[in-house]
Formats: sequence, C-alpha cells, structure tokens
Amino acid sequence: MAILLIAEHDNAALKSATLSTVTAATQIGGDIDLLIVGSGCTAVADSAAKVPGVRKVLVADNAAYDHEIAENVADLIKGLASDYSHILSPATTNGKNFMPRVAALLDVGQISEIMSVESADTFKRPIYAGNAIATVQSLDAIKVITVRGTSFDPAAAEGGSASIETLSQVSDTGLSRLVSEELAKSDRPELTTAKVIVAGGRGMGDKAHFEMLDTLADKLGAAVGATRAAVDAGFVPNDYQIGQTGKVVAPELYIGVGLSGAIQHLAGMKDSKVIVAINKDEDAPIFQVADYGLVADLFEAVPELEKAL
Amino acid sequence: MKVLVTVKRVIDYNVKVRVKSDNTDVDLKNVKMAVNPFCEIAVEQAVRLKEAGKASEVIVVSMGPQNAQEQLRTALAMGADRAILVQSDDVLESLSVAKILAKIVEEEQPGLVIMGKQSIDTDNNQTGQMLAALTGMSQGTFISGLEVSDTEAQVVREIDGGLQTLAVKLPAVLTVDLRLNEPRYASLPNIMKAKKKPLETKSPADYGVEIKANTRLLKVEPPAERQAGIKVANVAELVEKLKNEAKVI
Ligand SMILES: Cc1cc2nc3c(=O)[nH]c(=O)nc-3n(C[C@H](O)[C@H](O)[C@H](O)COP(=O)(O)OP(=O)(O)OC[C@H]3O[C@@H](n4cnc5c(N)ncnc54)[C@H](O)[C@@H]3O)c2cc1C
Ligand SMILES: Nc1ncnc2c1ncn2[C@@H]1O[C@H](COP(=O)(O)O)[C@@H](O)[C@H]1O
Repeated sequence: MAILLIAEHDNAALKSATLSTVTAATQIGGDIDLLIVGSGCTAVADSAAKVPGVRKVLVADNAAYDHEIAENVADLIKGLASDYSHILSPATTNGKNFMPRVAALLDVGQISEIMSVESADTFKRPIYAGNAIATVQSLDAIKVITVRGTSFDPAAAEGGSASIETLSQVSDTGLSRLVSEELAKSDRPELTTAKVIVAGGRGMGDKAHFEMLDTLADKLGAAVGATRAAVDAGFVPNDYQIGQTGKVVAPELYIGVGLSGAIQHLAGMKDSKVIVAINKDEDAPIFQVADYGLVADLFEAVPELEKAL
Repeated sequence: MKVLVTVKRVIDYNVKVRVKSDNTDVDLKNVKMAVNPFCEIAVEQAVRLKEAGKASEVIVVSMGPQNAQEQLRTALAMGADRAILVQSDDVLESLSVAKILAKIVEEEQPGLVIMGKQSIDTDNNQTGQMLAALTGMSQGTFISGLEVSDTEAQVVREIDGGLQTLAVKLPAVLTVDLRLNEPRYASLPNIMKAKKKPLETKSPADYGVEIKANTRLLKVEPPAERQAGIKVANVAELVEKLKNEAKVI
C-alpha cells in the first residue's frame, strides 16, 4: 500500500494542513509520498523532505501549475495515480477544487473531509452540517480522500530525510488561466490554525464597529472570523467565514460576539475547546454550546473585556 | 448558448436532522424538503444570463425520486425553460450523478453548466468538478462573480486566502458560492406558468449509465453533544474563569 499526499503550500512554505494530512496518512498505513505541485516551489520540497515518515517527495514545478489550476493539477495526479492505493489532500479550497476532478478521471468516488480513519478503507465524515457523522467504506481500488485539518494533529515537521524526485512531465491543458488574485494580508494567525479566535456576527452592526474585534484579537494574539451574515453584509471579506460552507476551525478558545449560533455556523466551530459567547439575547442558540455565556450588549462588553485583559 | 443547471432536492436548511435510532441513516420522514440553497443561486444566475441575452435557453436537471419534480417546478417558476428529471430511487453518489450529467451535456451541448458548490445533505462538494473531468471541460468552482463572453467566462472564486479571478474556456462547468447573487422568489403567476412548462422524466438506463456504488454507508451517528456551560454575570467573572478555570488566556 502506498499513499500519494498532495501538499498544501504557497510556493514558499508547507501549510500546517499538510502535516495534519500526514497524520491521517500514517493512520491509514503504508509508504507516504508527498507531491509538491506549484511554480517556483523548490523551497517547499526541501522542507517536505524533512517531514518524518515521508518516503519521497515528488516535485512538479512549472508555470502551468501556478495557483494550482485544477485542470492541470488533476491531469498530473492522474498520471501518477497507478502507483498508489490512496490519494489524499487537505480539504482546503485547493484540494476541494482538484481532488474530485482527479477522482472522476480515475473513475472512482471521492470521500470528502474525513475526520477519522477507522481502517485503510473506512472513514468517518460529517454530513448535514455536522449534525450526523457517517462511517463510510470505500469500495474503490484507488481511494481519493480529502482530510479535515482540524480533526488530525499536525505531524512533526522536522527529523526526516526523504529523497526528492523532480517530475519532468508537464500537464498544460490550456483550459483556464489566472487573471488576478486578491489575497488578504494580515499579521494575525491563520483562522484554521489559530489557538484563539474572535468571531463576529450581524450583531456587530457595521464594518466600523466590527473593527472593535480587531483590537480585542490583537490583545489575545487571536485570528478574526465571522458568520456568513457578517460577510454578506460587507463587514469583512469572504475568507473570514466560519461554518458549513466556510472554514472549519478548532481553536483552544473561540469567542463569538453578536452571532446567534445557526447550525451552519456551529458546523465550523463547535469542535473548539472552549467556547465563549457574548450575546444580548439569552435565548440565542450559541449559548447551548458555549462553556461561558455572557448575556450583555456587546458594545459595552467588548471594550470592557479588552480593558480587563 | 444553452445553459444547463442542476437542482438537487434536499432537506430544508432550517431543519435540524435527526439520526435514526438504528443508526442506518438520518430520518427524512415528514421532513420539509427544498431546493438545495446553492442550486437556487445557480438557477438565478442562469435566468439572469437569459434576461441579459447571453443565454438562449435554461434547462434544469434533477436526479432522484419522483417528487424531485417539485424542486424542478420551483426552478421553472424562477424562469428556467424546461426540466429533465432523471428518476431513480437508488442512492446516487456524486460520480453516478456526474456520469448521467455528462450524457445530458453530450445531448444538449450547453455552453455553460451551472451547479451548486455543495449539497447541504452530503456536504460532498464534488459533483461539478467530476462532471468537468468527465467532459473535459474547464471548471470554475466556488464562484461569487461571473462575466460571460463568447469564448470564455471570467469567474471570481472564493478561496481560502481571499478571492481569485480565473478566465475559463467555454464550455465550462461552474459551481456557485453563496455570494454570487440573491435568488428571486417565484411570483404566483410564474408558479402557475411553470406548471405548463415541459418536464421530461428519464431513467439512468435511458442514458446508458449503470448506477454503481463507490462507497458503502456503514453507520450514521449523532455528533458528540457539547455540554452547555454556565452563564457568567459579568466581564470580570468571564476573565476570571478563562484564566483560572479554563486556563486559556
Ligand atoms: C446554504 C447555507 C450555508 C450557510 N453557511 C454558513 C456558514 O458557513 N457560516 C455561517 O456563519 N453561516 C452560514 N449560513 C447562514 C446561517 O444560516 C445564519 O444565517 C448565519 O450564521 C447568521 O449569522 P449571525 O449569527 O451573524 O446573524 P443573526 O442570526 O442575525 O444573529 C445576530 C445575533 O447578534 C445578537 N446581537 C445583536 N445586537 C447585539 C448587541 N448589541 N449585543 C449583543 N448581541 C447582539 C442578536 O441577539 C443575534 O443573536 C448558511 C446558510 C445557508 C442557507
Ligand atoms: N441528485 C442530484 N440532482 C441534481 N443535482 C445534483 C445532484 N447531486 C448533486 N447535484 C449538483 O451538484 C452540486 C454539488 O453537489 P455535491 O457534490 O453532492 O456536494 C449540487 O449543488 C447540485 O447542483
């Protein structure tokens, strides 16, 4: 049995979601090869080679793979697949984009966002916004799987010395091209790996008031997240959204402010270790999952909290 | 240019599902069903393309039980022109759905296929990408913006780091995210009109697709319940608890 693991990276560094996926792969068992596909990504290959438990690192470094254009990346992976029993990738927007395409090219299904490994062919995954957990067995010869990063501890990043192999074949379908990218720049931790998260909802009122949470977050060294309603209202950009259809987070401490706790939001944060809710409505559903609930007007409570820290 | 749109019948997003006591599946008996919210956005987008003179015909497709007709009628009332129901009581996994869609694409030759990014029941997020692979089409996934020209579509994609704009060659498969548009409500006259629009019923066999299981569902369980905690009286108590009890700050 051998596993091909497609790394999440930004051409400069390996992302933590990759290390969580290594843990899932280790639980499945077998040799693990890490594929780095990108453009100008040799630095990533070097750090990938240091991940203990990796047999070899495959590098596909070409302009055709810049921004991980799905059509090209899927074509590349299809060409490598026959050597493997499993193909894994983190359930990031990149993985979600190219992995189902890989599966269909191989005429197999995909098991999305697994949260545990029961055996080499059986996995648990959330369905219905996490309101049910399904145990599914794959019947396919090659198992194509995306892995929920927050469900697996990241593997060690240092200590190994895998060999690095450069792939020369290039898949350039010419079907899609990048026009532009608008990436959020922030000094704060990334939502999916942050230890502390402050999240705001529609109750924040407007964009200017939402900025209260930035100050609070900076005091706590926290990342800032939001509900769909807050994103839709334009308080914050889309990459802040936590939930069923946004990001899944599991920090040590999650502080939800002015958000009601809709099931679609809970789907993305209820695995947080400690949940704090600040809401003026004592019947808000968020209080049903909160370890510490404060029924208060956020416009008073948040500045007070910030001062008390 | 024809536009093909997929519409899935799913549990209404407001309903909290319950797991059956024998752990075989969730209980959908007497539960309110609706159009998958992402598919509504897909229909809206297709209808807008038609209104803008960019699409000549909007065809909606659903696969599932006979009463998925209701969701197709909703799409027709929103402005789609005709509907195809591929009726099957089998569990249709994404790859099978994509294979049937690929045959419909071959027959209808649409310039665009617009789908939801995700079904809110299985939370798979894969059928559109699979269809694109099977047909060799380009794909624009998780889109929140769209501009269509004669040869390509410019799509704005919601990605982990922010937003990405791609130019994808036509024909293309697009999967839509929540912020692409706000779907309209169908007016009563349009609901009446929709009853007369053509709705064709087919079977997977009509398309020569054999329904295959890629997975076996072994068990469905409720998630671990979180214990509700306590209410604190004020900010001072909250800070004290976080420091001394939870030890997280
Ligand atoms: C298909 C689909 C997918 C979705 N995906 C997601 C998702 O991924 N993530 C997500 O978050 N949502 C998602 N949603 C939306 C979700 O259903 C809810 O609509 C949304 O989470 C509500 O956001 P909110 O809690 O900010 O707003 P509301 O529900 O309006 O809650 C606002 C809260 O703020 C409180 N409040 C107001 N003023 C104050 C004040 N001054 N002080 C204290 N409290 C105050 C109110 O009491 C209220 O509880 C999805 C919906 C659909 C249909
Ligand atoms: N049975 C179905 N009938 C119609 N459309 C479907 C069906 N299954 C999936 N789809 C489409 O594919 C999208 C993604 O679904 P999924 O991959 O299951 O999350 C949905 O939003 C629908 O547009």
